[in-house]
Amino acid sequence: MALLVAEHVTKRFGGLNAVRALDFTIDESSIVSVIGPNGAGKTTFFNCIAGFYHPEEGRITFDGAPIHGLRRDQIAHLGIARTYQNIRLFAKMTAIENILVGQHFRLHGTWIGAVLNTAGVRAEEVTSHDEARRLLRFVGLAGKGDVLADKLPYGDQRRLEIARALATQPKLLLLDEPTAGMNPAETAQMTAFIRSLRDDLGTTILLIEHQMRVVMGISERIAVLDYGEKIAEGTAREIQTNPRVIEAYLGKGGAADVAGQDQGGIDVTPPSGS
Amino acid sequence: MRSSTVDQITEFAIAAFLWALRIVVVLVVVVGSFLTLSSGRYAWETWSSLIVSGLTNGSVYALIALGYTMVYGILRMINFAHGEIFMGGAFAGYFVGTMFASIGLLSQGPLVVLFAVAVMIVVAAAFSTLLALLVERIAYRPLRNAPRLVPLISAIGASYFLQYTFRGVFGAGIYVYPDVAVLGQRVPIDFLRLRWVDVLVVVAAVVMMTGLYLFVMRTRMGTAIRAVSEDKSTAELMGIDVNRAIVTTFAVGAAMAGAAGVLYALLFDQVFFFTGFVPGIKAFTAAVLGGIGNVPGAMLGGLFLGQVESVGPTLFLDGLNVPAPNQLKDVIAFTLLVLVLVFRPSGILGERVTGQRA
Amino acid sequence: MTNQAVAPVAPDAPVAPAAAVDWRRVVRIGLLGGVVALYVCLVGMVEVFQPRALVTGIITLGQTTMVLVGVGAAYLTIRGQSMDRAGAAAAGALAGAVAGIFPAVLVVIMEVVNLRAMFLHASPGTSAVLTLGLGAAGAWVPIVALTVVGAATGLLLTARADIQRPATAALVALLLAGLFAGLLRPPLLASSVTAGIGRLLFASDGLTIAGAVIAFIAVVGGRIAMRRVSLRSRVAALSPERQRAARPFGLIALILLVVWLPHGVGPFFAQVVAVVVLYILMGFGLNITLGLAGLLDLGFVAFFAVGAYTVGLLTSTAEYGIALWPFWAAVPFAVLLAMAFGAFFGLPILGIRGDYLAIATLGFGEIIRILAGSNLLLPLLGGPRGIINIPKPIEVPPDHLLAGPIQIYYLGLVFALVVAFVAIRLRDSRLGRAWLAIREDEDVAEALGVNLVQTKLLAYMLGAAFAGLGGAVFAGLLGSIFASSFPLFVSINVAALIIVGGMGSIPGVVVGAIFLIGVPELFREFSEYRYLFYGLALIAMMLFRPEGLLPSRIVQRELHVPEPDANGDANLDAIDQDARLSPGATG
Repeated sequence: MALLVAEHVTKRFGGLNAVRALDFTIDESSIVSVIGPNGAGKTTFFNCIAGFYHPEEGRITFDGAPIHGLRRDQIAHLGIARTYQNIRLFAKMTAIENILVGQHFRLHGTWIGAVLNTAGVRAEEVTSHDEARRLLRFVGLAGKGDVLADKLPYGDQRRLEIARALATQPKLLLLDEPTAGMNPAETAQMTAFIRSLRDDLGTTILLIEHQMRVVMGISERIAVLDYGEKIAEGTAREIQTNPRVIEAYLGKGGAADVAGQDQGGIDVTPPSGS
Repeated sequence: MRSSTVDQITEFAIAAFLWALRIVVVLVVVVGSFLTLSSGRYAWETWSSLIVSGLTNGSVYALIALGYTMVYGILRMINFAHGEIFMGGAFAGYFVGTMFASIGLLSQGPLVVLFAVAVMIVVAAAFSTLLALLVERIAYRPLRNAPRLVPLISAIGASYFLQYTFRGVFGAGIYVYPDVAVLGQRVPIDFLRLRWVDVLVVVAAVVMMTGLYLFVMRTRMGTAIRAVSEDKSTAELMGIDVNRAIVTTFAVGAAMAGAAGVLYALLFDQVFFFTGFVPGIKAFTAAVLGGIGNVPGAMLGGLFLGQVESVGPTLFLDGLNVPAPNQLKDVIAFTLLVLVLVFRPSGILGERVTGQRA
Repeated sequence: MTNQAVAPVAPDAPVAPAAAVDWRRVVRIGLLGGVVALYVCLVGMVEVFQPRALVTGIITLGQTTMVLVGVGAAYLTIRGQSMDRAGAAAAGALAGAVAGIFPAVLVVIMEVVNLRAMFLHASPGTSAVLTLGLGAAGAWVPIVALTVVGAATGLLLTARADIQRPATAALVALLLAGLFAGLLRPPLLASSVTAGIGRLLFASDGLTIAGAVIAFIAVVGGRIAMRRVSLRSRVAALSPERQRAARPFGLIALILLVVWLPHGVGPFFAQVVAVVVLYILMGFGLNITLGLAGLLDLGFVAFFAVGAYTVGLLTSTAEYGIALWPFWAAVPFAVLLAMAFGAFFGLPILGIRGDYLAIATLGFGEIIRILAGSNLLLPLLGGPRGIINIPKPIEVPPDHLLAGPIQIYYLGLVFALVVAFVAIRLRDSRLGRAWLAIREDEDVAEALGVNLVQTKLLAYMLGAAFAGLGGAVFAGLLGSIFASSFPLFVSINVAALIIVGGMGSIPGVVVGAIFLIGVPELFREFSEYRYLFYGLALIAMMLFRPEGLLPSRIVQRELHVPEPDANGDANLDAIDQDARLSPGATG
C-alpha cells in the first residue's frame, strides 16, 4: 500500500534543477533509502516532502491527500516527521523539553488552562512527561532528560532528534544521514534501532545515507539520485550491480574497474551481527 | 482536532484582512487622487513645489539610507545611531559655513559658493566618518557575534549618548545656517518652482550615489564588502580582511550621511541636537523599502519615500476631505513601510541578504 | 577586559614581589583619561555641576567630576597589576598628571582663542572650576590636582585590606550621599523627629561638613563592626532549616518595604515610584512577547495608548468623555480593546521575520501616535489637546492615605503581580515551550507541528493586553492624556529595561525598571545629562553583561558571549555549533 507518492517532482533554484521530474513511491511500513553522490538532490527532495521547499512542478501525495504546497506544521499534523543533516535540536532546552515540543500538537491544554492550572492541564502535563520519558528510554537516553541538548554527546544528540521526531507520532519518518560521524559500533547500533522503529512501531522510514553498509543492510528499496534525477531504483542487489549507479559514484573508469572484479558491483559486506 | 477550526479561522482572517488592506489602499490612493485633482483646488505651482521638495528630501533620505543599508547588509545590524552621525555632519558643516560666512565667502559668486559648499560637505563627511568609526570601535565591534538584540541595544545607547553629547557640547539651541544668497534664488525656468539649492542638493546626491555605486561595484574593496555581506566566513576563507571591509562600510555610509547633513541643513536652514532622529527613521524606512542591503535599492527607496511623503498627503487625502493632511505625512510614510513589509518584505528591488533560508 | 578586582594586600600575607611598572601603559591610560577629562569639560558637566555642592563649602560637584576622572585613570592603571605602594602611587600620579595636561591645555587655549562660538562650555566658568578660580595663570592647577588625586588613589588601593575596604566604602557612600542629598533630605525634614538630623547632615544642595564627617565615620565604623560580627558568614553557618525559617522574615521585610515605599519618599518621589511600577507592569507584559516568544515589538507603546485612551474616553467628565463610567468598569474594556488591536496588527505582520517585525511594529506605534493626535480624529480623541478630567480610580480627599499617585502605585503593584503570575504560569506550560522553541529555531518548531502564526499571535496579543492594562492605570495616574505621552521612546525604554534587567526573568524586569526608569528620575537635577549616562549605561551593559543584571537561567545560556579575539571575531571553538557537533569532537 503506497503511503507516499511523488510524481514528476521538480525543484528549481534559479537556473539550477536540484530535483528533476522525480517519481517515487514509498509503501507503508517499509524502509526505503535514497542515495547518491553529494549534491544529487537528496536533501532537497526531503525538504520538498517535509514542506521546507515547495516544488515547482509535480505532485506529492501522502495517504491519498496532496501535500505539496502545504505548510510545515500542516504536514506534521498529517504524520510526517524528519531529522536534519546538521543536527537542529533546541540547543538551550533540555532533552525532555525538546521531546515535549514534539508532542505540542498532540496535546490540548490551552493557555488559559495553564494560567488557571486546571486539573485537565495538570493531568496532561503528567502524562506528557511520562510519555517523553518513555521515548527517552526507547532511544536509550534514560535518565538524561534534564541535560541541556547541546551538552549531550554527539551520538546522543542524534538519538534525541529521533526521539523528538517520534514524539509527533509520525506515520512516515524522514531520517537525514542518521549515522553521519559515527564509528562502526555506533553505526551498527543506529541501524538496529532504525529497523526496530519499523518493526515495533510500524513507522515507514525514508532514509538518506552515505554509509553503504547501513543502506544495503536494512533497506527494502533504494533509489539512486544523480544531478537531481533518479537513475536507478530497486533492491540492494539490483542497485549494486547497476552500471549507471557505479558510474555515478566511481566515474566511467571506475565502472570499468568494477566490472572486471570478481563480485561485480560495489562491495557491501553486511555488517557483522546484523 | 479542535485546533483545526481555530486554524481555519485564523487563516481566513489573515487572508480577508490582507485583501481588505489592499482594497482600502487602492481606494484611498485612486479615489483620493481623483477627487483632489478633479477639484482643481491646487495649481501647478503647488504640485511643482511639492514634487521638488519630494525630490530634495528624497535625495537626503537616499544618502542616509545608504549607510543603513550597507551596514545591515554586512552585519545584519540596524545602526540606530546613524541618525546622529547624520546630525554630526550637519553641525560640522554649520561651523565651517559660519566661518566662511564671517570672511564673506558665502556672498560671492556661484563658483566660489560652490567651492565653499563643497568644502563644507567634505569636512562634514570627514567628521561623520570619524564619529562613526569611534562608535563602531567602542560600541559595535566587541558585539559582532552577539545575538542581534545585543548590538541593537548598544546602538540605541550610542544614539542617546551622541544626541546628548551634542546637546551638552553645542547647547540645546537651534543653530541657523548662514544665509547663502545665491542658493536661495530661483532657477530661471518659469514653470518649475525650483531654487538653486534644490538643484545643488539633487545634483550633489546623484554624484555621490553614483560614486558609491561605482565604488561598491568596481573597486576591490567594494567587491570585498559585497562578498562579506553575502557570506562572511567564506569571504574570510578567501583571504578578505573582514574587519577592514566592515570598517570601510561604516566609513563610507557615514560619509554619505555627513554630506546629507549639510544638504539637509542648507534646505531647512537650521539644525539642532535632535535633528537626526526623524530623518534617521525615515531613511531606515527608505532602506527597507528599496530592499535592505541593496545599494541602488536604498537610493530608489529614498527618492520614492520622499515623493510619497511630500505629494501623498495632498494628493490622496485632501480629496477625501481629511483635515490638515500634512499632519499625516509620517502616517503615509509608515503605512508604506508596513505595506511593503507585509506584501513584499524583500523590498522594491529585492534584498541582498542571503543565507537565511531554512 | 577581565574582571579582576584590585587586590589589596591582606594584613599578614607575604608581600608579593612588585612587578615592574609598565610606564607606557600608564601613559596610555593617562591619555585616555585626558580625553575623558576634555570631554567632561566640553560637554559641560564641569560647568553645569559647579553650583551644586557635594559637601557644602568643601567641594562642589563640578570639582568632583574632575576628581573622579583622576580616580578612574589611576584605578585603571593599578587594576589587575601587582604593584607595591610606591609604584602604585607613582603610577597613579603619572596617570593623573598626563590626564591633567588636557584640561590645562584647554585653559591656556581658551585664554588665547575664543572657543565659545563652537563649544558652549569652553567658557570662563569651566576655566574657573579647573583652575580653582585662578584663570589662565592657574593652568597648572588641574595637572597638580589630578596628580595628587591619582597618587592618593594609588596609595588607597594598595593599602592594607582592613583599611582600604572601609575607606573606599566610606568614600563611595559620601559620594552617593552627596549626590542624592536632594532625595534624602526631604523625608528627613518632613517628620519633626528626624528633622534635626536632616538639617545636621544635609544642606540644601549637598552634605554639610558635619554630615560628611559623620557619614564617613559611620560607614567606616559600620564596616569594621560588620567584619567583627561577620554577619554574612554567620548566616551561612546557620543550618539550612534555620535559613529557610529565616526566609519568610526576609520576605515580610521586603513586603513591608514595598508597601511603605511611596509614603516614605515624599510626594514627588511617590510619583516617580508609581511610574516605575507602571513600567514594571509593562515590562512584565513585553516580557511575554519579547522575553518568552522572542518577538521584538518596538510598537508596544501603541497598545499602551489604546488602553489609556479607552479609559480616558469611557471615564472622562470633560467634553470627549463618552460614557462617564467608573474606572473599574473601564479597565476590562481597555484590556480587551488593546488585545483586539494586538490581533488586528499581529495578523498581517506576524509572518514577517526578525528585524523586519521590529520595524513594522515600530511603524505601527508611530502611526497610532500620530493618528491619535491628528486633526482627523480630533472629534473623537481630542487631537493635540487630548482628553482631560480623567478621574482617579478611587476618589479620596487630598490628605488621605491613598491620595494621588499612591493609589496608582498600589494598583499598579497588584496588576503587576497578576501579570507576573500569568507570565510564570505560561512560561512553564505547553505554550511557553512552544515560544521558546520558536525563539530557538522557528523552522524546526514549525516542522514539529507548531503553528507559528497562532503561537506568535498569542504572545503578541497577551503582551498587548498587559500594555493596555498599563495604559489604563497610566490614565488614572495622570488624569489627562495626550498623544505626545506615547512616543517611540516609551517602547524602546520598555524593551531596554527588559534586556538590561535580564530578559525572560521576573526579578530582572524589576531591577531593569529601577535602573532605567527610577534612577534617571533621581537625577532629575542633572536633566541634561541623564540620557547621556543612560546611553552610556546601555552600551556598557551590552559590552560587559549582555545577559542582563538578573538573567533567567535560559537567557544566561543564550546570551553570554565569549570574548572575541583581537580582530573582533569570536572564538570559533566556543561559539561555532558545528564545530561542537562535528564528528568525534565530543565524547
